[in-house]
Amino acid sequence: MSTITLKNLVKRYDDGFEAVKGISLDIADGEFMILVGPSGCGKSTLLRMIVGLEDITDGELQIDGKRVNEMAPRDRNLSMVFQNYALYPHLTVYENIAFPLRLNKNSVPKDEIDRRVRQAADMLDLNEHLQRKPGNLSGGQRQRVAMGRAIVRDADAFLFDEPLSNLDAKLRGQMRTQIAQLQRKLGTTSIYVTHDQTEAMTLGDRVAVLKRGLLQQVASPRELYEQPVNLFVAGFIGSPSMNFLPAHPVDGKLRTPLGDIPALEHQLKAAEGRDIVLIGVRPEHFEDNKLVDEGVRSKGWTFKADVSHTEWLGNEQYGYISYEPDPKVSGLLNSLAQDLDADELVPMVVTSLEATSRIRGGQQAELWMDVRKLHVFDAESGENLTRDAEEGARLTAEAAEERAFEIKRAQQEVSA
Amino acid sequence: MKRKIGWAVITILVLVYALFPVLSILMNSFKSSGDFTEGGQFLPRTWSTENYQMIFFGDAKDLFLPALRNSLGITLIATVIAVVLATLCAYAVARLDFPGKRIVLGAALAISIFPVISIVTPLFNLWRQIGLYDTWLGLIIPYLSLTLPISIYTLSAFFQQIPWELEQAAQVDGATPFQAFRKVIVPLALPGVFTTAIIAFFIAWNDFVYGISLTSTSAARPVPAALAFFTGASQFEEPAGAISAAAIIVTIPVVIIVMLFQRQIVSGLTQGAVKG
Repeated sequence: MSTITLKNLVKRYDDGFEAVKGISLDIADGEFMILVGPSGCGKSTLLRMIVGLEDITDGELQIDGKRVNEMAPRDRNLSMVFQNYALYPHLTVYENIAFPLRLNKNSVPKDEIDRRVRQAADMLDLNEHLQRKPGNLSGGQRQRVAMGRAIVRDADAFLFDEPLSNLDAKLRGQMRTQIAQLQRKLGTTSIYVTHDQTEAMTLGDRVAVLKRGLLQQVASPRELYEQPVNLFVAGFIGSPSMNFLPAHPVDGKLRTPLGDIPALEHQLKAAEGRDIVLIGVRPEHFEDNKLVDEGVRSKGWTFKADVSHTEWLGNEQYGYISYEPDPKVSGLLNSLAQDLDADELVPMVVTSLEATSRIRGGQQAELWMDVRKLHVFDAESGENLTRDAEEGARLTAEAAEERAFEIKRAQQEVSA
Repeated sequence: MKRKIGWAVITILVLVYALFPVLSILMNSFKSSGDFTEGGQFLPRTWSTENYQMIFFGDAKDLFLPALRNSLGITLIATVIAVVLATLCAYAVARLDFPGKRIVLGAALAISIFPVISIVTPLFNLWRQIGLYDTWLGLIIPYLSLTLPISIYTLSAFFQQIPWELEQAAQVDGATPFQAFRKVIVPLALPGVFTTAIIAFFIAWNDFVYGISLTSTSAARPVPAALAFFTGASQFEEPAGAISAAAIIVTIPVVIIVMLFQRQIVSGLTQGAVKG
């Protein structure tokens, strides 16, 4: 168990391309840190720099306060699960898991190796496959073997490089749970790279969002979701994404393509003095007006809109409203779309409605928007003008508390 | 169905074309000396082991047996050295980025297409002066120049197929670069190593030009060269029977080696390393 500290890490390739442009991060002992971002944001490169497979161009990497920039991977005592598992095909599952122990310079005795391999196999449900070769295993089993190889020795930290991206959706869900439980049981510091935000939200104590080699925000999943620091984080976290609408502050209201929103005081204050801002509303902050609780109706804003089509998913349904895009912000929105791996932002508001709602496409519908949850973003820099830093810090502190409790409980279960 | 029959016919034609000379030599090796003077006969009139007795116990014994020993020894040593050196070299070529990498491969290719006959005369002079003429080492060195380039080429192709992640995984697991090479890369490259060994063995085993030019006695003369020195019982008799018998005998090690190594050449050994 260790702390890992990144101080202004830079990776510049020989051709001059900067994949990582100065990232600083403190990862606490036993913490589960997620690195997330769209493809090409440098998250995998950063992980490979930590493990030692990529040289560090500039900055300092510390494990337990000791500089390790120049150390070879084998001396850093970190273990890693690769995206494509990288199992040794000529060795059995048993030998694959035992491999790191057999190499060890301070040679582990044979019966100790056996004990540890069997313990790892027990934990990962691999007992009946120990004598098989990786080529005969299913994807999920191979993934577990790769995990076994990582946990069998007392590594200072586990590094995961998109370990679930090659599994089908159902298996991915199972393995996600398994990884979370395993990490809590072992209490080992972990760094996990993914582009899947479900994994990021469910696994991470804290999530670091990266864009083009730069760190955008490091916070608990809830803080990222509720108090994003800028347009990029707001758009990246959450599915379907947050809706962004151009808005002009006019007479104590925000004039948007959907109508004039009676915004709250702090939101208006944030927009004050600007000709145009972007407002962000998550799909679930819309509702069919007929189905809104009387108690909260007054906290929101009721408006009429033409719903172009709906998608019914069983537990909820999405209603789509198209609007006239504003050329003043289209540049910013299109570059945001590119950052999020999409071609361009479709000028369409996604609303998530109650599954029982009778709103259908092609009709004018009466909708309700929860104005309290609305965020105001600067139309040029994309900075969140309504972010409540205190509230964010409180959410992250809360998450840390919950996590500490979970680890304690998981370890009590192990020892019991 | 029609297609299958077509392929079968073609296969049989090719097999007959390829194996007929071998069969003919096999038949010749069992003919008595009288059969050759009569001529024009495919099957031996009487089956005799006279030729085999001659090369193993008779007049040709002193010519054939040392040559067989030389051939086996020289070829095996040259093969082992070539495979070991080529493994290290091919690994470097496939994995490392170093200046002059292209030159290594280019030089290897250039050497392998160099005509043997143009090197042999200077070598003959050089070897005589430095005392390598008519020694095992004097043949092993030129054989290496024949076998190394092709071995480096085949092996680097094999190494390139092995996923690089495996090596990185080994490094993270705590292996030194050499441990990663020995415990992960070499076992996976074994089919390639065996294939290369077979090719190298054939090249050295079949050589005639170096064998006949750089040797003069049974101290180092290999079988292909020794066959040229076979003589008949009288100067009017062709030693065709004895040569045929010797040719059959020298084919046997090649067949054995192919059979031994064939099992090792299982393609797809790297299956299961990375996602399927």
